Amino acid sequence: MNRHLISAADLTKDDALLILDTAEELAAVSERSVKKLPTLRGRTVVNLFFEDSTRTRISFEAAAKRLSADVINFSARGSSVSKGESLKDTALTLEAMGADAVVIRHRASGAPHRLAHWVRGSVLNAGDGTHEHPTQALLDAFTMRRRLGGIEGRRVTIVGDVLHSRVARSNVLLLNTLGAEVTLVAPPTLLPVAVHTWPCQVSYDLDAVLPKSDVVMMLRVQRERMNAAYFPSTREYSRRYGLDADRLARLPEDALVMHPGPMNRGVEIAAEVADSPRSTVVEQVTNGVTIRMAVLYLLLGGAV
Amino acid sequence: MAAAVSPAHDPAGDRDRSGSPDPAPKGRAKADSASPPASRPASEPAAQPPRAVLEGPDINRALMRIAHEILERTKGAEDVVLLGIPTRGAPLAARLARYIEQFEGAKVPHGSLDVTMYRDDLRLRPARALGATRLPSCGIDDRLVVLVDDVLFSGRTVRAALDALSDLGRPRAVQLAALVDRGHRELPIRADYVGKNLPTAKSETVKVYLEEVDGRDAVVLIKRERA
Repeated sequence: MNRHLISAADLTKDDALLILDTAEELAAVSERSVKKLPTLRGRTVVNLFFEDSTRTRISFEAAAKRLSADVINFSARGSSVSKGESLKDTALTLEAMGADAVVIRHRASGAPHRLAHWVRGSVLNAGDGTHEHPTQALLDAFTMRRRLGGIEGRRVTIVGDVLHSRVARSNVLLLNTLGAEVTLVAPPTLLPVAVHTWPCQVSYDLDAVLPKSDVVMMLRVQRERMNAAYFPSTREYSRRYGLDADRLARLPEDALVMHPGPMNRGVEIAAEVADSPRSTVVEQVTNGVTIRMAVLYLLLGGAV
Repeated sequence: MAAAVSPAHDPAGDRDRSGSPDPAPKGRAKADSASPPASRPASEPAAQPPRAVLEGPDINRALMRIAHEILERTKGAEDVVLLGIPTRGAPLAARLARYIEQFEGAKVPHGSLDVTMYRDDLRLRPARALGATRLPSCGIDDRLVVLVDDVLFSGRTVRAALDALSDLGRPRAVQLAALVDRGHRELPIRADYVGKNLPTAKSETVKVYLEEVDGRDAVVLIKRERA
């Protein structure tokens, strides 16, 4: 396995399966009374968050702490970044503090890649711009495997704002590596220009794709990244691409509904769908801690 | 200490030297922590032809004796839980549970306890895949836990297992059963039940092959010439 985890494309099928299998064993740790393993004692993990995040930061923090690592949280607000410090100088500061791993979220695509050249420790991408979010893809794959028993040959439909979604790109790459068939469904304005080079199908018609899906993953409409009008109105978007109870009924009986969170209830997903037993939203959060424990262990647990 | 088989009483030792099947099967065989990569083929120039110290029937005979000893020492094995340390301790624990049930009809819960996350040599090698931890539904609180491993060597695996146990519950007592005790302890740890005491040089490697994992039963001693 690579020393860093920057893109889901860095993972071979064997790497990905090793992470999922490791997570499978680590899942039990979260259920016992002593939720802690001594494995990363004395190692330091820095959470470097230049962008707001609730679940990813807390999830990485919980994962590192369950492995007994020391965790330093850094958020851009209230730090020297607001005084104009560059990413490189921030990186050198962390380096001087002896970070064994840096978990970075940054609004610029490629920031983790740059950071990897400046620090000696492992770099874990916790979301960079509209590029990638590999641990999200891993936890999604883990959730699918636990619910469906396997990923090979499964049909996964990813719906919504693909253009601004780092989750979509990482999922397409990882699910393709794991042998799933992925279909993207979105309005043409919310698909990236180069989507034809991605290893997946593309459709504009959600209702046609739903009956053939084992998994539907709804993406958040990322208003904060939208600097133009990508669709006429929220209501129209939600009517054509939102998952409501009627559409839920068109899915095969055992199909899963996933959402990486945070959800816009009533826009891409109806509240009754989000709270239905087929939705794995809460499970995904639990699995996030487990999968991040697996990744931290595999990157930091062995010989450097 | 459990009854030891003297090294002189070892019919398998010489028999094997002439024409037993190649004792290095395909697949990974567990070697103990201080030995070089387990996948090292036995036929490498630096290695002498390995010799089987225990063959299939010997292993089962040793396990039967251990099962009897557990029954005797625990007065019927009533609150015993057998926990095997993966990879090969787990099937050994299952076999012991089977023998104990055969002999006295007592159903002994058994499972496996992976100790990888508790090892003290993690940083010496690349991160490795985890084994399975499967505790029986009765748990381990207030039970007599018998840890089962294939080879007892430095004692570091058992140290890790004791730490792992204390995170999972509080057993009434912990005992240790090992199929082979090869000596060279680095920690104050001893086994309560031993299948065979096997005097070895530190440079040697002891490999245990089990039907459930490797397709055959054997304990093999691989001598290596000093390079």
